[in-house]
Parts: sequence; C-alpha cells; structure tokens
Amino acid sequence: MTSTTQTGDTPAQRPRKAAASSAAAASEFAIELEKINKRFGPVHANRDIDLNVRRGSVHGIVGENGAGKSTLMSILYGFYTADSGEIRVDGVPHRITDSRHALALGIGMVHQHFMLVDNFSILENVILGVEDNALLGPSLERARKELERLAHEYNLEVDPDAIIEDVSVGTQQRVEILKALYRGADVLILDEPTGVLTPSEADDLFRVLRVLRDEGKTIILITHKLREIMAITDYVSVMRQGAMVATLETRNTDPEELAELMVGRRVLLRVEKGPAHPGEVFLAVDNLVVKDDLGVTRVKGVSFAVRGGEIVGIAGVAGNGQTELLESVSGMRDQAGGTVRLKGTPLSLEGDDGAHRARKSGLAHVPEDRQRMGLVVAFEEWENAILGYEDDPAYGKGMILDIKAAREAARRRIAEFDIRPANERLKTASFSGGNQQKIVLAREMERNPDVLIVGQPTRGVDIGAIEFIHNQIIKMRDAGKAILLVSVELDEIRSLADRILVMFDGQIVGEADPATATEGELGLMMAGVTDRKATVASPVAATGAAS
Amino acid sequence: MDLALVLSTLDATIRLSTPLLLASLAGLYSERSGVFDIGLEGKMLMAAFAAGAAAAVFDSVWIGLFAGIMVSLATAGLQGAAAITLKGNQLIAGVAINMLAAGLTTFLGIQWFAQGGRTPQLAAGERFTEITLPFADELQGIPVIGQIYHDLISGHNLLVYIAFLAVPITWFVLYRTRFGLRLRAVGENPKAVDTAGISVIRLRYQAVLITGLLCGFAGAFFSIAQGSGFGNNMTAGKGFIALAALIFAKWKPVPVMLTCLLFGFLDALQIRLQGQSILGVQIPVQAIQALPYVLTVVLLAGFIGKAVGPKAGGVPYTKER
Amino acid sequence: MSALRPLPRWADILLLPLINLVLAFVVSGLVVLAIGQNPLAALEAIVGGAFGNGYNIGYTLYYSTNFIFTGLAVAVAAHAGLFNIGGNGQAYIAGLGVILVVLPLQFLPWWVTFPIAVVAGAAVGGLWAFIPGWLQAKRGSHVVITTIMFNFIAAAIMVYMVVNVLKPAGVLAPESAMIAAEGRMPKFGTFIPWFKNTDVNFTLLLALACLVGAYVLIWHTRFGYQMRALGHNPTASTYAGISNSRTIMIVMTLSGALAGMVAVNQIVGVQYRLVLDYVADAGFVGIAVALMGRNHPVGILFAALLFGALYQGGNELQYVIPGLSKEMVVVIQALVILFTGAMEGMFRPGLQRAFMLFGGSAARREA
Repeated sequence: MTSTTQTGDTPAQRPRKAAASSAAAASEFAIELEKINKRFGPVHANRDIDLNVRRGSVHGIVGENGAGKSTLMSILYGFYTADSGEIRVDGVPHRITDSRHALALGIGMVHQHFMLVDNFSILENVILGVEDNALLGPSLERARKELERLAHEYNLEVDPDAIIEDVSVGTQQRVEILKALYRGADVLILDEPTGVLTPSEADDLFRVLRVLRDEGKTIILITHKLREIMAITDYVSVMRQGAMVATLETRNTDPEELAELMVGRRVLLRVEKGPAHPGEVFLAVDNLVVKDDLGVTRVKGVSFAVRGGEIVGIAGVAGNGQTELLESVSGMRDQAGGTVRLKGTPLSLEGDDGAHRARKSGLAHVPEDRQRMGLVVAFEEWENAILGYEDDPAYGKGMILDIKAAREAARRRIAEFDIRPANERLKTASFSGGNQQKIVLAREMERNPDVLIVGQPTRGVDIGAIEFIHNQIIKMRDAGKAILLVSVELDEIRSLADRILVMFDGQIVGEADPATATEGELGLMMAGVTDRKATVASPVAATGAAS
Repeated sequence: MDLALVLSTLDATIRLSTPLLLASLAGLYSERSGVFDIGLEGKMLMAAFAAGAAAAVFDSVWIGLFAGIMVSLATAGLQGAAAITLKGNQLIAGVAINMLAAGLTTFLGIQWFAQGGRTPQLAAGERFTEITLPFADELQGIPVIGQIYHDLISGHNLLVYIAFLAVPITWFVLYRTRFGLRLRAVGENPKAVDTAGISVIRLRYQAVLITGLLCGFAGAFFSIAQGSGFGNNMTAGKGFIALAALIFAKWKPVPVMLTCLLFGFLDALQIRLQGQSILGVQIPVQAIQALPYVLTVVLLAGFIGKAVGPKAGGVPYTKER
Repeated sequence: MSALRPLPRWADILLLPLINLVLAFVVSGLVVLAIGQNPLAALEAIVGGAFGNGYNIGYTLYYSTNFIFTGLAVAVAAHAGLFNIGGNGQAYIAGLGVILVVLPLQFLPWWVTFPIAVVAGAAVGGLWAFIPGWLQAKRGSHVVITTIMFNFIAAAIMVYMVVNVLKPAGVLAPESAMIAAEGRMPKFGTFIPWFKNTDVNFTLLLALACLVGAYVLIWHTRFGYQMRALGHNPTASTYAGISNSRTIMIVMTLSGALAGMVAVNQIVGVQYRLVLDYVADAGFVGIAVALMGRNHPVGILFAALLFGALYQGGNELQYVIPGLSKEMVVVIQALVILFTGAMEGMFRPGLQRAFMLFGGSAARREA
C-alpha cells in the first residue's frame, strides 16, 4: 500500500495548513471556479460556471433538481474532472484529479448519501483512507485523541466505538463532518444535508455550521430549500439548467427573488382548483402498524380516512414512516397490525402479491420512486403501460398476452397524456423524468380507480409536467375519487391537498387545513412538537365513518 | 477406538483440510473485497498442473511451486480483468475460469506428456516431503502428548504448515492492518472507499492477486506435495467445498480454519468408513461426501444461524455520474 | 467525451457474439499454434468431423439436442434474473425419474413410455431446481451457491443409487439394467439411413418444440411478462403485485425440467440404461449456449448447433490430428463464456464508438 504521508502527524496537523494560510493573503477567496464546463453525453451539466467562495463564509448554492449543483461540487471534490475551466484554491490554480487530491488541498465533502461503512465503528470510518501507519493500532489511538479534541472544539460529540448502523442519521452526518475535519478540511461542502434530518437535527447542524464558520472554516451548502439559504448562508449562488445565474449577498435578497431566479419565471405557487365536495369514505385506515425490512416499526398505529372527492395530503420530513405507510396501504408491504378498508370492505394485503389484490379492489398507486418501483426501465413503453395490469382481460385471453391490444392501449394513453416521444416501442429508460411519470400516472388512472395513492408526484419532474400532473390529480378528485397524497415538498401538499395530516415518527401527530395553517405551524408539527389543541385524526371517527 | 486410530484419523484430517484451508482463505480475500469467486477450483487446477509439470520438467520442487503460483496469479489476473476492469459478471467469470482450467490442463497435459493427461511421476526431490519437527522422535515415547506431537503435529509437508500459518496471518492482516481495514471496507461500501481517496480497482486487484497466490499453494499441494504428479481433474471439486467452507464460516478466518478441519474430518471419516458399519448401520460414504454441501445449504437457508456475505459482493464498482 | 449510444439491435444480437466467438477461436488457435500444431488444420478437422457426412451430422445433432435443453434451462432462469448454474445436477438426477418409470414399462411400445419418461424427467429435474428456487424465494439463500451445492449432492445421490439400488446383481459396471429391446425408441437412422447408426433421435423434435414453447412463454404469455419484470426489476414487480417468490419457484422448476430433458435424450433415446456421469457437463455447456444465444430461443438454436458441432468435431479431431484432444473444445467453450459473458465490456464500448463514428450522420438525422 502506498500512502501519501508517513509522518507522525495526524492529517489535520500537516504542514500544508501553514502553507495555505501564508497564501491566504493572496486571495480573499478560499475557492475560485472559472469557466467550468462538464458534459455527460448530450447533457451539458455545467456550462461556463464562475464561482467565488469567500473564506470564512457560509456560501449557499441553490437550484432545482438537475440544475448542476452536485456535478459542480463533485468537480471541486475531484470525483469528476471538468472538461474545461480552472479551479483555484487559496488563489493557486489546481487540477484536482481525485478526491485524495481535493482532501490534500483541504476540501472536504459531506455527501447526500453518507459514505460510511455500516458495520465499522465511528473511529474506523474516520480513519479510513488516512491511516498513517500500515498497522491500525497507532492510527486508531491517534484518531481517538484527535476526535476528542475536534468534538470539544466544534461541539461534535460522538461515541467513537459505536457502530454506524446503530446510530441515528443525525449522528452519521456528524461522523461525516468529523471525517472531513479530521482530514484537515478548511472548506466543507455539504450536499443537501437536511434532506434526511428532522427539523431539530437540522437546527443542530446549523448550529455546528455556524461554529465552524466562526472558527474560520469555509462552508459550501448545496440545497434546494430556500428557507435554509435564508437561515444560515452569508452568500448565495443560484444555478439553473447547468448555468450560474446569480451570486447574491443573502441579506440583500429574499425567497421570492431566489425562487424566480431558480426557475426563470414566476412560479405558480397556487394550483387552480375549486372547493372539494367530500362524499362517502372510500379509504379507511385503522390503527395500521408497519415494519421495515429490518424489522423496525416505522408506522406506529396510524388511523385516518379519505373520502371520495377529496385529496388528503400527508406531510412530514422524509423517513418518518410515509414510505412504509404508502407501501403498506398499496399492498407492497405486509401489515404488522391494523386494517385497511376500501369502501367498507377490508383489504387482505398479506403476501408478496398484495399489490395485485389492492389493484383488483380498485386502488391504484403512483409510487414515490418511479424508476425503482413504478417502471421497468428496460421495458418498452407499452410494456410498462400494462405493469400491474398484465392479467387484465383487456390484454389477453387465458395465459396468453394480447400484445396488439396492449400496444393499442398504450398508444391511446400516449396521445391522451401527451407523452413524448410518442412511440410505444421505445425503451422506457429513454423517456425524460416527466414523461416517465406521465406513463405511470396514465396507467394508474386508466381503470378509473376509487382510490389513488400518490407518492412524490413531481419529484425530478420538469415544471411543465408538474402543472399537468397536478391538474390530472385534481381532475380525479373532482370526478369523486379519493386521493391520498404523500410529498416531502410542503408547498406541493399545501397547494394540492384539501386536508393535511402531519406524520412524525410513525404517527399522525396532527391535522391542518391548508387554507389556514401557516408554514410555521406545520413545521412545528413535522418536528413532532404538537399542540394539545391540534385536531388529531381520530381513529374512532375513521372507523365510524367507514362502517 | 484406540489413540493410534484416533491420531491417524486426525492426521488424515489435517492433510485433507490443507488444500481446503488454503483455497478457502484465498476466497476470503477476494470475496471480502467484493469480488465473488466461484473460480477457486479452476485456479487450483491450473496451479496443480503447472506445479506438477514444472517440477517434473525442471526436477525441482521449488520451480514447481513457483510455476504453480505464477500460473494461478495469471489466472486470477484474467479473472480480475473480467470482473473488475471490464465490470463483467463475476459468477460467469468464475464459471469460465473453471472450464478453461479443466480444458487447458487436460489438453496441454495430453499434448506435452502423452500420458493421457498425467504429468510424469515425481521423484523424492521433486515434491514436498514430510518434515519431522525438532524432538518429535525423542518425545514420541511420552504418552499422549508426545504421541500427539509426533503423529499429529510433526510429520507434515511444508505446505501444510504454510496453510495453518496463513490463518493467524490472515486474521492479523484483516483486523490489525490498514490494508485489512480498506479490504473490509471495499467489500461493504466501495463508494465510501472511493470518496476517501482510495482506488477501489487497485484494492480489488490486490485482493484478487492474494487469492491467486493462495490458490497457487493449494494447487501445488495436490500435485507436488500430497500427490507425486498431476492427474486429470485432480482437484475434484475441492474448490467448491472450500467455497462452501468460506460461506459456512461467514467469511471469517478462524471459523474458516475450523470449518475446513470439519470438512477435512468428514473426508477422512468417509475414507475410513468405506464398507464399514457403525452400530450395525452401514452409512453410505456418499452421504458423508455430500454432508459439507448439505450443511452449507442448510446454513445459507438460515435454518442454523445465517450467512450474510459482504454487502457489495458480486457488484462491479462503477462511479455513477 | 460523449456518452455512448446503445448498439443497433442487429449488432447487439449478432455482431457482438460473433466477434467474441471469433476471438475465442483465435485465442484457441494461438494455443494450438504454441504447441506446434496447425490451427487451420485443426479447424478443418473439427468442421469435417461435425458436418462431413450424415454420420457426422447425426452426432452433431445429438449433442445439439442436449445443449438446446441446457441452454434453454439457463436462459429461462436468466430472464427472471436467476443464474441457474445447476443444470448439470438437474439433468443428472432427472435420470432417476426417467429410469424408474421406463424400466417397469419397458415392454410397452416406446411411444407410450416416451411421454411418460418426459414427464418423469421434467418432474425430478424440476424438483431439483425447485428446492434452490424455494430456498431463494422463502429463505433468501443465493440460488447460484445453492445450485452449485446441489450439483454435488446430486452426484453423490446418483452414485449411491446406481451402485446400491439400480445395478442388477451380477453386473460389474456401475449402471442400471438395460431397457428391453422391444421397448427401445428407434433412432433417426432407422428411418433415414443417411444418419447411419448415430445417436440423434426423436428427442431432437422435443427440443425444437421446447424452443418454440420457451419463445411463446417468455414473450407471449402473462407469466413470461411477469418473470421478465422480475428479472429486470424485482421492486417494480412487487409494486405490480407479481408474487416474486412464486415466480422464482415456478421459473426454477421450469428451468430444471428443461435440464431434465437431457436425461430423456440420454436414457430413452441413446443409452437405454442409466450410466454414471451421462450428463458429461452438458449443463455447463448450456451456460455458454445461453450467453452466446443471448437468451433467445433462435440464438440458442444456433448456439446449440455450434457447440454440438464443436463437440462432435472435437471427438473426431483426435483421430485426424494425433495429439490434439477433444478438450480443445472445452477451451473454446470456456473462452466463449469468458468473452461473451464476463468480458463483454471489452468490445462493446469500442463497437459503440465505431458505430457512432460511421453511423453518426444517420443518428443525427434520426434525432
């Protein structure tokens, strides 16, 4: 094995640091990017990007999904190399070829999906890649001391001997930050750090980031949440479709301006819809308990009812049981307790073909993750247009599949939903995110189900398609169908739902009226801070209404 | 049974478990790094042939061992190129290596030595012979301990000692060195290793080459230690028993040794029991032969404990865009 | 740098396998050259041995029959995302089912016993694959490891059964009793003298029927659709309400049943008795056949013919060129598996680049 250094110093104490601070006088910027370009085939992910990041600041980078933020940071971190352009660190140009190089320049990154080895201890994870000795013993001992010092200095307490898979997501993120600091990072890049955190964990993170900044570290925060930008950053850069459209001082801007810069035109925040006319209870969930693959109880006795003609939105921070709730109600995941009733009839969803029975009973499901779940991307479009309905009498006789009928049906839906390209023989992988979502939506709405379950309907979908998808969902509601909507985008829930249920830690902690509830109230509920006065969806009411 | 009979059965156990142990430890390195290896059998067979052929041609056991190791390393390199660099299907690569070994060793053997695939019979200096450990003969007279030392511990060939020495070494490498830490990490989460600035590709090649090295010793054991010359399909599926042992031992070095000893013992027992009966019941030798496989299936199915391999095993590493 | 476009369909299913095949031949040729023989002469001997006359073709077709079955066994499982490496064991143990129904019925006409033998072979071969399928579906054990283990378990069982149960008293060779002469199925040579006394028999027609059946199953039935969905994306198939565990068990059973047909060919069609190791690694050849044939029945037909020809040609090789043994063919086969199955990444990018270079204008027009 080769190693970059064989000195006794921990990486954090390497001489490089001194060199960096002497060069500091040369530039007030820790990082300067000039005319960065990066293409992935036909996709121009970064075009002529300029970015200057001031030393000792928190610099936010906002943009929609796919705007090129993560690509840009991966270039800075050496995970990709730019096709052209210059990177200067502390005023000195560098060609960063790999992450080891970036680390040596004092650039550390906290990835959106943590880069941790689950069955290693925190200590082992921290030293991985920067062990200063061929034997582990001395490295571990030194790291233990250094970790203690860092924990003290930056308020980042962890148990070094805890195993990663046993600690909370918030702690795992701390380990990622500690990893970067241990490697002597002066510049810390955080990619969508709050996506997996509860609001209180996010607050903790922001506190840590402020301490780091005040200690002289430079922080680059990638996010698509404007609230976070306003709360923590000193500067903000906005990216749109691979280009850098503006860099502003945070105190001189506001969310509206940033939102406009992000999408390039005024966003239609409110969806046009009339009042709801709720009718009979179509979907009644009573005291539902669901466990995940590891046997952890993720849904802890949830009860609610959805009536025909209304959209019930479930709001919450990702990872509070929404995914398991959807998977269970739609028959993909076994229930550990409770009942699900459709128009009064209990659904039996046990076994690994539960989704089949749910569909037969009139329950359709647009899943949260269309690429992983809702589609077989290697299939041709028409094949996906019958996924889950392949045994429908319309598509064949007996065991034989009527391919002609299936293709014809697919063509009809392509026309109706304006799916492009309009070719049912094309591999599904070659459709854009929005068009893939339309394929799923068209399929699930085709049989006019009584209940439609929708998870993250517009994740990774372009703006034009978002409006179309929202309108389709409302059209279904107006046709008297019951719709259960789950989204982590609070804006989407607030503009679509007629009633909002807030989920926290596997439970429904409150109900709100989207017309009157403020973002702050919802945020508190999402953080698990419930007001006793809040209307908690009553299991009795749901059961009563269903029977 | 008297002590002598027990000792001779255990002695056979050690001998029979040696190639299993070497091959199983070989597989441990590769699989811990995230590269499934069902080609242990093929690499051993290649090494056995090369060792047998070279030892015969050059009249030297050492050249034989060297040739066996080199050929095994080259085969491992080929498998690595397919599985790591070209990101091919690791299982299919293993199948191909096994088949290539079966075909090539026989084909070349017939062509070169014209003895139906056998390599020439090796003389004493051309194969590893039994080593008598210091004082073994002197201590033989001491009851039990002396006998155990003389009959069981002493009197094996060099490769046997290498195999059992490889166990603590592997344990130390895996759990006490930087390389071991990285090896375990790359089999669990190669992306974490990559972002830490360590080359996944390089690490996996290192692991696969260690696998090749150990398979070289294992193969040489067949043709120039246990046997005196190579014979057609000499490894006779031992590579798969070694794989079974690796799974049975949950990819951990010390349990690997214990499992290989168990499987070796079953083999020794099977030879001893040919045609004999225990308590009046004749146990078919085939039942004992099949036992390692049956045990592994039962363990894999989670009926006794659960064997879960390295998480990233079997998946070629690709940087995503 | 720009992303590589996928290859045109014909290049993907025809050109790429052909390039890999040629490479396998070239490398084997170099081996032959290295040991001082003429590779072209060897190739000529193989081709002549495989297709020279009716006798040669008869044997080529006999080998192909086995390889169609084992190739289909691998391919059907592959469409459901399963790697059935246990074709050997399934084909072997199926012989038990076949011999146990055929011997008691040996005095009935062959056209009565044949279908019964098919059912018995399919049932036992299917069962031997069903168990690993069940273990994967319900207990989560990897079907690859389990089927490898089952190959060895099958071998142990068969040795025991042949030696201790099936071998008639007084017979020395480890084999079962012969089927009575009047119950034996005639070979093709009986009707078409051109084939002489070769081993090709009615089982070939069964193999062709299986090819058609597999095609219909995979692409024209609801179950085929479900197993392909599972093969491409098990999460999506769960979402669709397809029972993955049920599909895995059915597919593995079908796969094992197909492999089991080798036993019918060998016992009912050729040897009229059960001998040890009659499968002769046909199960592993099936992996090469399925890879080469891209898991498509048409491809499998051609790949099985190719390997049938190689095996028959290889048998003749040693008589034409002394010193060159039939194991040459195993080397070629291993290289085919290596190149088409595990080193596919070697040529695909280059070929894609070539297509973009020369087909660039066409591609632009399309876009």
